[in-house]
Amino acid sequence: MVLTVTRLSVTRRRRPVLHGVSLALNPGEFVGLIGPNGAGKSSLMEAALGLIPFTGISTLAAMPADRRARHAAYLPQSREIAWPVSVADLVALGRIPWPGGGRSGIDRIATDAAIARMGLEPFRKRTALRLSGGEQNRALIARALAQDTPLLIADEPIAGLDPAQQLACLRLFRELAGEGRTVLASIHDLGLAARFCSRLVLLSNGHVLADGPPEAVLRDDLLRRAFNITVRRVDTPDGPAILPV
Amino acid sequence: MRGLFPALLLLVAALFLASLLTGPAGLPAMDALRALALGGDGPLPIVMREIRLPRAILGVAVGAGLGLTGAALQGYLRNPLAEPGLIGISGMAALGAVIAIQTGLSLVAALALPLAALVGAAAGVAMLVALAGPRGGSVTLILAGVAISALAGAGTALVLNLSPNPYAASEIVFWLMGSLADKSMLHVWLALPPMLLGAALILTTRHALDALTLGEAAAQTLGMAGPSLRWRLIAGTALIVGPATAVAGAIGFVGLVVPHVLRPWVGARPSALLPASALGGAALLLASDIAVRLIVPDRDLKLGVLTAIVGAPLFLHLIWKTRSGGRV
Repeated sequence: MVLTVTRLSVTRRRRPVLHGVSLALNPGEFVGLIGPNGAGKSSLMEAALGLIPFTGISTLAAMPADRRARHAAYLPQSREIAWPVSVADLVALGRIPWPGGGRSGIDRIATDAAIARMGLEPFRKRTALRLSGGEQNRALIARALAQDTPLLIADEPIAGLDPAQQLACLRLFRELAGEGRTVLASIHDLGLAARFCSRLVLLSNGHVLADGPPEAVLRDDLLRRAFNITVRRVDTPDGPAILPV
Repeated sequence: MRGLFPALLLLVAALFLASLLTGPAGLPAMDALRALALGGDGPLPIVMREIRLPRAILGVAVGAGLGLTGAALQGYLRNPLAEPGLIGISGMAALGAVIAIQTGLSLVAALALPLAALVGAAAGVAMLVALAGPRGGSVTLILAGVAISALAGAGTALVLNLSPNPYAASEIVFWLMGSLADKSMLHVWLALPPMLLGAALILTTRHALDALTLGEAAAQTLGMAGPSLRWRLIAGTALIVGPATAVAGAIGFVGLVVPHVLRPWVGARPSALLPASALGGAALLLASDIAVRLIVPDRDLKLGVLTAIVGAPLFLHLIWKTRSGGRV
C-alpha cells in the first residue's frame, strides 16, 4: 500500500466535511478523485497529507515530516510562485527533502531529468513568473517530479489548461503509474477521467459513493445522486465521450 | 551573480576601515590603526578602541541584523513589503528605552537604557506569542505585529505627552531617531551575543524559506514549514531586532530596501538572499554612519534620519520600476 486512510473525518469550522472515508492506494494506480464542488476532494487530500486536523488514520500523515516528503509530492490547487526565481531553481526546490538539499550531483540529475521530461529545457534560465499559465503549471509539475516520490497527489492539475496541455498532463500521470508510481488527482472532466484513470473514487457530501474502475463508478444512478445530472455516453474510437446534459 | 559575495565582503571591509578612520579628532590614518592594533599610552588608543571600534562593530552588526531579518521576514511572509519592524519587537524595544529615559533610569547606570529596551522587546515577544498562537498562518503574525506596533507607538506617544520637561522630551525624540554615536564596548558585548544567536537561528530557516516560494501547503509537504519554522523566525528576529534597537534606536528602511535591491542579484532565491542581505545591510549602515559624520559634523545628524532620507526615494524608485516592469 502506498497510502491507506481509514475512517477519516474532517470538520471545518464546526461543519463536517468528510465522514469516515476509507481508501487504499496501490502502486501503479492512477486514481481520479471525482465529485461535485464542496464534496470534500481537497479536504481529503489535505487531511491525508496531514495538512489539516482530522480524526481517523492516514498512513501518510503518521509519517515524520522528512520521510513523508520523500514519500509523497503534492501539487496544491493554487499554483503559487512567490518570487521571480528561474525555472531551474524552481524545479530544484523538489529536491529539498533529499540529503543534498538541491545542490548535490544526484539532485542535479533528478532536476535535469524532470526538466527534460516536461520539455522545459528552453525555459531553464527564464524567470518562472514570466511564463504563461500552462508553462508555469508544467514547471510546478516538474518540481513534483524532481521530488521523486512513489506517490503524487495533485489537486485539480488540469484546471485552467488548454486541451493539449490537459492531455499532456494526464498522459504523463498515466505514464508515471505505468512506471509503478501512484497518482491521486482530483479531476472535474468526467470524460477525461474515464479515459485516463485506472480507478475512480466518487465523493459526495463527504462520503465515498463509489470506488472502482471507471465504468463501474460512472453509472447513471451514481452520477445523478452525486451531481444531480444525467449523462450521455458516446463511444468513440478513442474511448467513451461523456456528455453531461 | 558569482562575484556578488566577494564584492559585498570587500565593500563591507572597506567601509569598516573607513568608519574606523572617520571622526572629529582628525587622526592620521597610520597612527590611528597602529594605536588600534598595538595599544600604548595617550589618547589615541582610547579614541580608537573605546569610541571608534565599538561604533564600527555596531554599524556592521546592526546593519547586518536589519538586512538579515528583513530578508527572512520577506521570505517567510512572501511579501516584499515586510521589514524587521513589522512584528512589533522594535516598537516595544523603543518603548522600553523611552520609559528608561523618562524615569531617569538611563542616568543612573550606563546600561539601564539598553537593558530597559531589551525588557520591552521581551514583552513584545510575549505578546506576539500570546496573540499569534502556535497555529495560524502568516496573516495572523502580521496582524499581531501591527497591533503590537500600534500599542508600542501609543505608549511612546503617552510617555512623550506626560514628559515633565522639554529636555526629557527632546532627548526621547532624538533617541528615537537612532544613532551609533557615543557607544562603548559594553554596548557591543550586550548586543552582539544575542544577535549572533538570532542570526544562527535565522540561517537554519533558509531551506524552509526556499520551499515557501511554492506556498505554505507545498512547503509543508516538502517537510519544511511546520510550527518550528515560525518560532525560529520569531525568536531569531526578536534576538536581532531587540538588541539592535536597544543600542542604536529605531533605524528604518535598511531591512526593507536592502533585500529588495539585492533580490535580482541572487536569482530571487530566499536562501541566497539571507547572507547577501546581511552584507548589504552592513554596508548600507556603515556608509550612512560615515555620511552622518561627514555631511554636517557639527550638527549631530541622526543615523535613522539619514537612512530614511536615502531609503525612501530608493524605495520609490523600486516601486516605479516594479510598476513598469511587471511583478516584484
